Amino acid sequence: MQRTLTAPLAWVGRSATDVAASFGRFGSFSLRVARGGRDLGTWGGLLATQMARLGVQSLPIALFVAAFTGIVLALQASYTFTGAVPLYFVGVLVQKTMILELGPVLTGLALAGRVGANIAAEIGTMKVTEQVDALETLAYDPFAYLAVPRIVAGIIMFPVVVVFADAIGVLGGWITAVSLLDLSTPEFVRGLQLFFKPFDVQFSLIKAASFGLTVTSVGCFFGFGTTGGAEAVGRSTTEAVVAGSMAILVLDAFWAAALLR
Amino acid sequence: MSIEIRDLRKAFGPKIVLSGVSLEVRDGETLAVIGSSGVGKSVLLKTIVGLLTPDAGTVVVDGREVRTLGREELYELRRRVGYVFQFAALFDSMTVFDNVAMGLRRMRLPPEQVADRVEEALDRVELLGYGDRLPAELSGGQRKRVGLARAVAFRPKYLLYDEPTTGLDPVTTTVIDTLIRKMSSDLGVTSVVITHDMTSAYRVAGRIAMLFEGRIRFIGTPDEIRAAADPVVRGFVEGRPDLMQGVA
Ligand SMILES: Nc1ncnc2c1ncn2[C@@H]1O[C@H](COP(=O)(O)OP(=O)(O)O)[C@@H](O)[C@H]1O
Ligand SMILES: [Mg+2]
Repeated sequence: MQRTLTAPLAWVGRSATDVAASFGRFGSFSLRVARGGRDLGTWGGLLATQMARLGVQSLPIALFVAAFTGIVLALQASYTFTGAVPLYFVGVLVQKTMILELGPVLTGLALAGRVGANIAAEIGTMKVTEQVDALETLAYDPFAYLAVPRIVAGIIMFPVVVVFADAIGVLGGWITAVSLLDLSTPEFVRGLQLFFKPFDVQFSLIKAASFGLTVTSVGCFFGFGTTGGAEAVGRSTTEAVVAGSMAILVLDAFWAAALLR
Repeated sequence: MSIEIRDLRKAFGPKIVLSGVSLEVRDGETLAVIGSSGVGKSVLLKTIVGLLTPDAGTVVVDGREVRTLGREELYELRRRVGYVFQFAALFDSMTVFDNVAMGLRRMRLPPEQVADRVEEALDRVELLGYGDRLPAELSGGQRKRVGLARAVAFRPKYLLYDEPTTGLDPVTTTVIDTLIRKMSSDLGVTSVVITHDMTSAYRVAGRIAMLFEGRIRFIGTPDEIRAAADPVVRGFVEGRPDLMQGVA
């Protein structure tokens, strides 16, 4: 009886300590990355490659997700509005939802799975095969060499990918509206323009850049934290995806609270 | 100039790995460090180049205490200490040439000079003409040789080998051992070779130190270790665990 009561408490206590310790480690990781950031000579030449890789890795999946999201948004809007609201509001809803929320968030979540996992696996493998140590012995700062170019590439490329995702989402909504719904192109476009604010796009890009920072940093953090063998790499990869996705959702709420009120 | 290790202690959480290791590596010698798996040989080697920070004790290389060095000084030291990793730790995505060139490029040497030095290093390990290969296309022994070439490309004063022959067949083992001796005589380097293979230890080393339960249990020439009376040393050297049992 006693055991069954205290065991969950002990577990909660232990997890809380673990989480606190993780935050501590993430803090010192961030410091080392920041210090690596000053070593432009090491990472500057690697940035273009990382940006290209990130774009190639993420565009297909981001566009796929966005296109279908746009289709569903249009159909749901028309279903919801059924006569009560003018149909051109489909355009409003597709545009607003895509740009403000689903474009950045769904892209971010998809890339947490794709890019975050990839980075964690790559750096984790280098860690357990002592390639990270080898970099050190060759007088390279591994954080400047491995983490910084990936993180900077994430901050730059996520917004680019999200712009495409937003556009494809709206395009999907438009095609759906004119082919499946009783809506003409001018009406859909009127809806698009009705409540459009340039700030919406800025908001989308700010979120995207912050998600890019988060997904890549978390991937690097778990990659560098890998100790052991191949199964440890698998564990780090999963943790990077879970932590990256959770961080995106929390950040998303943060941005809404900070900028949309 | 030499490597001096004094009362080195290192634990990972509750697990004490090194509990007071003192060891001197003399100028120009090749010292083998033997000991069972998991006894802390790699940990010892890593503290010499500052890949791990000891909990207590000092490591002095060329008169400088490693722990007190700033980042740039540490990098400068690492250019004088070549490190050969147990499984070579080659960068998978790079060719053999780029692997060997990595450290030289970091020194901002002009490309022609980098190419010359890479050539020289690959020549030393008898892998000239392998520059365009990827690590995945090499055998285990060749990978170790590339790892060695990468370590000597800096023309270091010291070479640290972490189990250079583990996992290799006897013939390849002989090839690597011969290379270790050749590096020592051609480059005049001071070397530390970690191994648990006694044949290799006898072949390459002037002195052999045995690590046991966190300390140096024995240090001496190959003849001295063959004549040692300590059951722990004899047990390891002769491969007889029964001798080591129940002794501390
Ligand atoms: N980074 C580390 N974190 C935790 N434990 C470690 C680490 N490196 C080594 N150890 C532990 O230290 C002990 C000695 O390891 P090592 O020096 O690799 O042994 P070996 O003599 O086989 O080279 C092992 O039990 C290992 O688990
Ligand atoms: Mg080892």
